[in-house]
Amino acid sequence: MVSVNNNGDSSALIQVRGLNKAYHRGEEEIQVLQGLNLDVDKSDFVAFMGPSGSGKTTLLNLLGGLDVPTAGTIAVSGDEITHMSSSRLTEWRARHVGLVFQMYNLIPVLTAYQNVELPLLLTRLSGAERRQHVETALSIVGIADRMQHFPRQLSGGQEQRVAIARAIVSDPTFLLCDEPTGDLDRRSADEIMALIEELVDKHGKTVLMVTHDPLVAARAHTVLHLEKGVLVEAAKGRQNVAAGGAA
Amino acid sequence: MKFMRLIRANLFRKKIRLFLTLGSFAVALFLFAFLAVVKKAFTGEADLANASRLVIINRVSIINPIPLSYRDKITRIPGVQAVTHYNWFGGVYQDEKNFFPQFVIDPENQRQVIPELIVPEDQWKSFLQDRQGAVVGARTAQRFGWKIGDRIPIKSPGYGGGPAWEFNIDGIYHGQRPGDDETQFWFQWDYFEERVPERFKGMAGWYEVKLNSPDDALPVAKAIDAEFANSPYETKTETESAFAASWVKQFGNIEFLILTIGSVVFFTLLLVTGNTMAISVRERTSELAILKAIGFKDGTVLVLVLAEALAIALVGGVLGLGLAFLAIPWLSSWLSGLLPVLILSKLMLATGIGFALLVGAVSGLLPGIGAMRLRVVNALRRV
Repeated sequence: MVSVNNNGDSSALIQVRGLNKAYHRGEEEIQVLQGLNLDVDKSDFVAFMGPSGSGKTTLLNLLGGLDVPTAGTIAVSGDEITHMSSSRLTEWRARHVGLVFQMYNLIPVLTAYQNVELPLLLTRLSGAERRQHVETALSIVGIADRMQHFPRQLSGGQEQRVAIARAIVSDPTFLLCDEPTGDLDRRSADEIMALIEELVDKHGKTVLMVTHDPLVAARAHTVLHLEKGVLVEAAKGRQNVAAGGAA
Repeated sequence: MKFMRLIRANLFRKKIRLFLTLGSFAVALFLFAFLAVVKKAFTGEADLANASRLVIINRVSIINPIPLSYRDKITRIPGVQAVTHYNWFGGVYQDEKNFFPQFVIDPENQRQVIPELIVPEDQWKSFLQDRQGAVVGARTAQRFGWKIGDRIPIKSPGYGGGPAWEFNIDGIYHGQRPGDDETQFWFQWDYFEERVPERFKGMAGWYEVKLNSPDDALPVAKAIDAEFANSPYETKTETESAFAASWVKQFGNIEFLILTIGSVVFFTLLLVTGNTMAISVRERTSELAILKAIGFKDGTVLVLVLAEALAIALVGGVLGLGLAFLAIPWLSSWLSGLLPVLILSKLMLATGIGFALLVGAVSGLLPGIGAMRLRVVNALRRV
């Protein structure tokens, strides 16, 4: 269940309260997000839509601990991340967040296997355990047969599958996907969306996704619209949701 | 160790750039090793000089002789254990480029004053019994392929010219220490006196004195110079190390020259590698941002960048020093006679590796700190 008008206590996996983000350009202050509230439960699949500059990616960065808000709080599984030190936030991100980007952002000099293994290098897993995790993740995204290929030897869709495998390999609490199909043709985009749906439906993953594409957004449980930094509308996706605007 | 694959992959990302950077390190370290051995060769005499020996020369200059008659007076000065004398011969063997130092020696006291240059007993006896006998250092013997019994003609432009002097190789000496000079050629004083024009007879180029104790050096030196003060041939006596040091100074300030060249080389190397690392980090901004986004800490990112720089420094350094290790013995034999033996010591190798790692660390530090401070959001926005 997703809610954007709750400003009190809840048991949601992700709780956002009064989130503000402003940038300064010289003397000018640009308010990107304004008093945003949001609750996302486990295994929810939320799509954020909105015009360029509406604050979608900023919201995603804040939820992923890649950026810090000007005001407000974000709590994930009860851990408030907004006041964590940079070092603690990095550790938290490694454990709880899987990131998927539009441009895949794989390391070109590493094979698919090595790219997926990267987050596990930060854990205490043995080489054999890492191998098992990596092979499982690559199997889930359906690209186990390409594990020794370098990114340049893969198609865009295959690269994004590897990026998704990298995002899920350490079994994070939730996935943040920033335009995951933005650089793909329709067929590949459909395949990637089917994969993300499978991660939600079959593996119980929580996914928050930014997209410009209404067809892609429609596959989410919930579609939230951001306009000028405010969640102005919540639309129904694949399932019924309770949602609303926020001031 | 978990990150080795990532470091290696990043190193080999641009192979040409990697090999050029390794090459610049290798050339710089080769040059370092060469400069270090040349410096050692120039100052090595001073390092090896015996603290209990004095050198006596004419107060005006070493090219001015001093009378042989001084020997007995020097021997009587308290603190003196033994005295020997020399003349510079300056002959030419076949061609002027075949230079090696030739000394007329006093066989009676040579081994007592200079015990570290070892001549086998039987060879020394042959030498003593042979008026035209000569003892040659092992390096010079090897250089010209001489062996015991060979007859060697040497022309002497300095002592009246005339036909070549004939010598029989009776002995080959070896130094006890690695840096000992094994290029000298010694022959009998009597043979010299027999052939030189009258004006050269009864004169020595310089004396060497062996002291009872190194502590006697200063008083004995003063006593010797006082003994011959106000004579037609006043003397200048100094310790062997001071004499060797002043000899080196005749070539100019070698140490300063080498230090300057070395500093320029290392500063240039620092700029080259620093620039290379900076470019390498800059073109990977998005990848470093991704690493940080997925949980790599700032310190880990710094270590990864530093590890790359250090790996290049270490491999390049080892290549350069390895090349020097192979080439310096060859260079040493090629420069035989012009310089004393060139020895690349373990200390020089360790210092070279230390310098390489220092340059690697410094050159990797700034880009590493830049990578460490990279803000993920800003870096991803630039992609």
